[in-house]
Amino acid sequence: MFLNQFLLLAAILFCIGVYGVLARKNGVLVLMSIELILNAVNINLVAFGAYWHANDMANVSGQVFALFVIAVAAAEVGVGLALVLLIYRNRQSIDIDDVDMLKG
Amino acid sequence: MLALLVAQNIAFYIIAALMVVGAIRVVTTKNVMHAALWLVLVLSGAAAQYILLAAEFVAITQVLVYLGAIIVLFLFGIMLTRAKTGNDDDLDNKKSAKFIGAGIGVLLLGLMSYSLIDGFKDTEFGNLMVQRTAEVSDSIFSTYLLPFEVLSVLLLAALIGAIVIARRD
Repeated sequence: MFLNQFLLLAAILFCIGVYGVLARKNGVLVLMSIELILNAVNINLVAFGAYWHANDMANVSGQVFALFVIAVAAAEVGVGLALVLLIYRNRQSIDIDDVDMLKG
Repeated sequence: MLALLVAQNIAFYIIAALMVVGAIRVVTTKNVMHAALWLVLVLSGAAAQYILLAAEFVAITQVLVYLGAIIVLFLFGIMLTRAKTGNDDDLDNKKSAKFIGAGIGVLLLGLMSYSLIDGFKDTEFGNLMVQRTAEVSDSIFSTYLLPFEVLSVLLLAALIGAIVIARRD
């Protein structure tokens, strides 16, 4: 297997996630697209970790970093959905476009 | 050894195709509930890729944390915001914004695939070894002990923050 197979798959998923963040206006769907992006990064980390581990048996840094990213993603989704709920409670819709009170 | 490599490649391409189709459906579908279910496909595909890369512990953690916890959180979010269960035409930005988003996505993909193909041409994995859970835990609790502790503080802060934000006063 080539290292590039995994890196290109991750690049494709990352770009689909970026498109989702830009094209969607529903708050929950934007968070889902961010999950796609974080997963693409994780595939990269694990692929590089496996590549490194094949040369240096004692090194599993790629996996450790992937685990850290998973934990941070869980925290991010928790806070993000709390924010979406708060927006829904205040204005009965979760359109990100409607949240424009900072615009003068 | 060659037969195993061929089998690994076939498995990779099947799972990769499923993941890409699922990801595209997540960002294009008109139904919020379906988007969450397509996301399940993408996340479990990622877990399968970790197994192919011989990273067992991350694969199991992916299933437990993403499929077990984060998807359930998303479903809670969908239900609590009373999204329409059927098709909803009001999920996307207007057409021009979608075109700009697609343009940025394609541009980014072209740039990244050019630099990846240029940089890693045909680097092979070599002899993929199983990365044992014991090695991972040794690494977390020796080399990466400080980041681990910082991460637990971050999780605590996120927990308290989420409760404070979502609480009804």
